[in-house]
Amino acid sequence: MTAADGFRVAFRALAANKLRTALTLLGMVIGVAAVITLMSIGAGVQTSIEERIREAGTNLLSVSPGATSNRFGGFRTRGGSGGVRTLTAQDADAIEEANIRGITALYASRSFNGSFVSAEGAVQASVNGVSEVYPAVRNAEIGTGSFFSADDVERASRVVVIGDTLATDLFPNGDAVGETVRLNTQPFTIVGVLASDGGSTFQSNDDSAFIPLPTLTSRVNPSKTSAGDDVVSSIVVQLVDESDATVAGVTQAIENLLLSRHDSEEQDFTVGSQADQIETISEITATMSLFLGAVAGISLLVGGIGIMNIMLVSVTERTREIGIRKAIGAKRRDIMSQFMIEAVAVSMGGGLAGVLLGVAISLGLNDLGAGAEQPTGGGGPRGNPFAGGLTTTITLEPIILALVVSVVIGLVFGIYPASRASRLAPIEALRYE
Amino acid sequence: MSGASDRPPPTIDVVGLTKTYQMGDVKVEALRGVTFKIEPGEMVAIMGPSGSGKSTAMNLLGCLDSPTEGSYRLDGEDVEGLSEDALADIRLRKIGFVFQSFNLLPRMTAREQVELPLMYAGARKRRDRALEALATVGLADRVDHSPVELSGGQQQRVAIARALVTRPQLLLADEPTGNLDTASAVEIMDAIEQLNQEHGITTILVTHEMEVALRARRVIRLRDGLLEKDEVME
Ligand SMILES: Nc1ncnc2c1ncn2[C@@H]1O[C@H](COP(=O)(O)OP(=O)(O)O)[C@@H](O)[C@H]1O
Ligand SMILES: [Mg+2]
Repeated sequence: MTAADGFRVAFRALAANKLRTALTLLGMVIGVAAVITLMSIGAGVQTSIEERIREAGTNLLSVSPGATSNRFGGFRTRGGSGGVRTLTAQDADAIEEANIRGITALYASRSFNGSFVSAEGAVQASVNGVSEVYPAVRNAEIGTGSFFSADDVERASRVVVIGDTLATDLFPNGDAVGETVRLNTQPFTIVGVLASDGGSTFQSNDDSAFIPLPTLTSRVNPSKTSAGDDVVSSIVVQLVDESDATVAGVTQAIENLLLSRHDSEEQDFTVGSQADQIETISEITATMSLFLGAVAGISLLVGGIGIMNIMLVSVTERTREIGIRKAIGAKRRDIMSQFMIEAVAVSMGGGLAGVLLGVAISLGLNDLGAGAEQPTGGGGPRGNPFAGGLTTTITLEPIILALVVSVVIGLVFGIYPASRASRLAPIEALRYE
Repeated sequence: MSGASDRPPPTIDVVGLTKTYQMGDVKVEALRGVTFKIEPGEMVAIMGPSGSGKSTAMNLLGCLDSPTEGSYRLDGEDVEGLSEDALADIRLRKIGFVFQSFNLLPRMTAREQVELPLMYAGARKRRDRALEALATVGLADRVDHSPVELSGGQQQRVAIARALVTRPQLLLADEPTGNLDTASAVEIMDAIEQLNQEHGITTILVTHEMEVALRARRVIRLRDGLLEKDEVME
């Protein structure tokens, strides 16, 4: 019996029971499609986060309060001033005054959730206290107007630069620059509106507002240490380049300086680079992808059990057929391969269809995301859960993995029913009604 | 043993063939020591009342089952202790079966049914050989019909074609006409007799009917698992 014969026999049997075959296939299709889709979402999230960090500049160091392992300090710039209160605006000044080699610019920042009221709208938004170097350091583009000046920072002026979405919310009918808004009841002049950065849910400025840090610490949202210094949630340092030597040198210098300033037993702050962040994020998203894949893998397992179940039913149903084949002269391996090919054909067919479906879904999600990213004027698609956030990246690995796994599942879950069929005693099988 | 090396060995040589079925606590002695030889080219009818052990004997002779005791040499080869696959190979190469209930596979055309043993044998020109075998049993015009589209007699002829297509030495037919009307039965017996006489296939058939048995020149009678009579008809 040749391999071609084996396939012919198996496909005949599958074709004879189309509905059953299709349903069994469906289990595999769903499992594989889920694996492909979830893993491509995971990969997409990873790529888009990494991209954003790169866009924001990879030559950045971020000093955050709190000891060690807190490598996410840099992401706290929007996150409010909670928790650890060991980093101050005066620390930032000290770093600036130390004239550390390799630093081109730096700013301290803290944020809180403020309420804006304009003549035409009211909205809650994250308000970040930063300095005039912010746009240069973070590659933030100004849409209209300008960012506030060093003078504004010096004098703690009530000026604000707002994100694109925020501008639309507060002034749906036109130019926000030059208008006055109330931030927590205090009047602020809008001096600039940031260009939209696509509205990704990660590190987007579209929903944020920026005011001079001294304005924040002295007028709107004061927060002082026991020594009377102004608490900040991070200090972002721009370097001349991103070479390891520069990163290490500046990190060391900042650590030495702050350690002597803070005068505490343990290091109560963390200096992290963008490279660290990318690495951490990559680790996390890779783990997330894997986890999602594993969850989807469970449905593959269920698909495999479905195959085994159907194969067992099929073997029982076809006991007499097996008896006839054996009486005619079929050997164990003939029967075995007949049922194995059936199982693998179903699992692999399901795997292939699942890959196609998974790729289609991933591409579809991507289109959804891309569609949402188009600037659609006033009524931006803010309610869309995929808004700009869900880009999927289809890579070859999960596809190959899914196909290999589906073949393995066919083999693993087919082997028991097939060997059961092959071990039927011919005379018993022939007598079976 | 006999020393007569110029004569071919008997196709079948059984000594003290015994088969005991275990049904829970009960032992059923289906065969209790049966001894006979069948020479190449012979046509033998096995007769006996229901339950006398005829089918049991046929299954043993056809290597579908193994005896509890006794020896069986098929074409000079001792089949005792052979593996299941070795027995399958003997069935494939040396034996053709015809069953009372036809035992065709559903949803397969006559030609495909007949090709099946050739497929397991890895033979070439399967299609041609299958068509030839079907023509031999007079079914040249029914090769693309599946069992449900064929009468009982036609189905049994497909089964005969399937049995003869590998050119076996031994044809075993267990009540081949048991499910057929008289006219079909005559057709089937004609086909079997033709195979025996023209192709020299050693043939053993189980039957209840004397007319059928009379086609054979030798009748073995079983009763209660014992050989009651072994007579040559003339
Ligand atoms: N698989 C089996 N298990 C138990 N008893 C069996 C089995 N096959 C046959 N028998 C018993 O063995 C005896 C002989 O059966 P069988 O060879 O089928 O008789 P026959 O074909 O002559 O009618 C009967 O008593 C039958 O009930
Ligand atoms: Mg019987």
